[in-house]
Amino acid sequence: METGKLTIAQIQAGLRSKQFSAVELAESALAFAEAENPKTNAYLLLAADRALASARRVDAKLSAGEDPGPLAGVPTGIKDVIVTKGLRTTCGSKLLEKFVPPYDATAVARIENAGGVLLGKLNCDEFAMGSSNENSAFGPVRNPAAPDRVPGGSSGGSAAAVAQGTAVVALGSDTGGSIRQPASFCGVVGVTPTYGRVSRYGLVAFASSLDHIGPLARNVDDAATLLGVIAGRDPMDSTSAFAPVQDYRAAMHLPVRGMKIGLPKEYFEGLTSDTRLQIEKGVRLLRQEGCEVLEVSLPHTPYAIACYYIICTAEASSNLARYDGVKYTIRSSRAQTLQDMYRMTRGEGFGAECKRRIMLGTYVLSAGYYDAYYLKAQKVRALIARDFERAFETVDALVTPVSPFPAFKLGEKLDDPIQMYLSDIYTITGSLAGIPCMSVPCGATSEGLPVGMQILTRHFDEPGMFRLAAHFERAGGFTL
Amino acid sequence: MKITEQEVRYVAALANLELSEPETARMAHELDEILTYMDKLNELDTGGVEPMAQVLFPAGETATLREDEPGATLSNQAALANAPLSGAGQFKVPKIIER
Repeated sequence: METGKLTIAQIQAGLRSKQFSAVELAESALAFAEAENPKTNAYLLLAADRALASARRVDAKLSAGEDPGPLAGVPTGIKDVIVTKGLRTTCGSKLLEKFVPPYDATAVARIENAGGVLLGKLNCDEFAMGSSNENSAFGPVRNPAAPDRVPGGSSGGSAAAVAQGTAVVALGSDTGGSIRQPASFCGVVGVTPTYGRVSRYGLVAFASSLDHIGPLARNVDDAATLLGVIAGRDPMDSTSAFAPVQDYRAAMHLPVRGMKIGLPKEYFEGLTSDTRLQIEKGVRLLRQEGCEVLEVSLPHTPYAIACYYIICTAEASSNLARYDGVKYTIRSSRAQTLQDMYRMTRGEGFGAECKRRIMLGTYVLSAGYYDAYYLKAQKVRALIARDFERAFETVDALVTPVSPFPAFKLGEKLDDPIQMYLSDIYTITGSLAGIPCMSVPCGATSEGLPVGMQILTRHFDEPGMFRLAAHFERAGGFTL
Repeated sequence: MKITEQEVRYVAALANLELSEPETARMAHELDEILTYMDKLNELDTGGVEPMAQVLFPAGETATLREDEPGATLSNQAALANAPLSGAGQFKVPKIIER
């Protein structure tokens, strides 16, 4: 059985026609993941016992004639910032090297209730802070399309596993582009839903006003199916939205003729020519499919990176305060006093990027700087969100590149934080506004590196986003 | 110069974060560059703009409140399971009161 290319629909058909059992599929997926993982370092842990137990439950339901759920038997990887009961969850950090959570994240529980098979935990930048997956305490992840290049970050393991075929789908998390950018670098689909659409209960907090959980998949249908399972109100997350969950898969079949697509002119400056060429091909295809394409402007785009890195570091410095040597497994052995226990545990445990963000966040929140940085950034955030509101008065969706350039070489930007931060330029704006956005494959550069096209729609218009993405896929956009 | 090494030490103390001397020097240099980049925001006039603290949340003000009824919680043992040091059902930390 070739587990590396299966879709969710094929798995459902295979299980129902008894071509294979869920246990056979899980065994084969585990063996494939174990054999292939050394090429990328995407998995930090494979959860064979748990995967086989889930698969046995699916097989039992099938033989009893019960509905095993929309994700029955689907081998699923989980980014290691999402907690799993009894399964080590490291957040890519030395600080949580031995942390075994006492509960499951809501998204994980919903996947397993829908018949999904949790295959293992996926590598990521430490506490989801990074754009290359090089900030993991457990080693970088390599891009399956080009092993000397990064897979993007911070959900680099999730994107690499899906691209490599060691997971059919995966959960990632996105704060400023951490699902979409690695999806684009690895040539897979990555979805950041509307803020609040998916419960964050059990997502280890980085920047709470920006954090999202979302799916990565090899096709639009699989991403829509997974989002349909994890979306919806959760009493355990007071920021999760009450809005009813729409039928994302049904939306994929609505026509796109006459849909108005905006191209924000600010997103076509400063990108590499290869990336521009691919996105232009993608736009041409959408036009051929009957979409009306207009130029629009989101004038505050050039301020997004400064705005984002103030807000996210401020929130991170507060959220990471809990790793103080009291509750989470690691405590400095040098510490004699309480104060030293805090300082030394944190100094020894956090990697360079986390330290940088804690320091920056603490600085921008400190007395005398709050108004100049944090408050100012929150006002600029309002302006950026307003840009989108205005654009959506005339268009139904926006189409942009995901990243100004394709996957870069390992180590290339590691010593230059600002260069690394700038790679998030096109994804950060949608995160700040809290609107749904996704990355879909849009061919490759002349060197064969995947390029991603971003689709953004209004709050809770995931159906519009999937509708456009699915048409693009069917029209051959992924391999342009 | 936006930030000196002395200020880096002050902020590190606020954040309860131990930094080595080389880390402090490097941090001062990097934060200085980043904060200089952040100055870009001052080009914008934000007078009269309401700060955006949260993404729009379409629900009534009390929608997220629930009845104050006890529900399932973690057991004491499960809550302490990851503690580096615990005893008598408590998290243990170094002595904080000198006799």
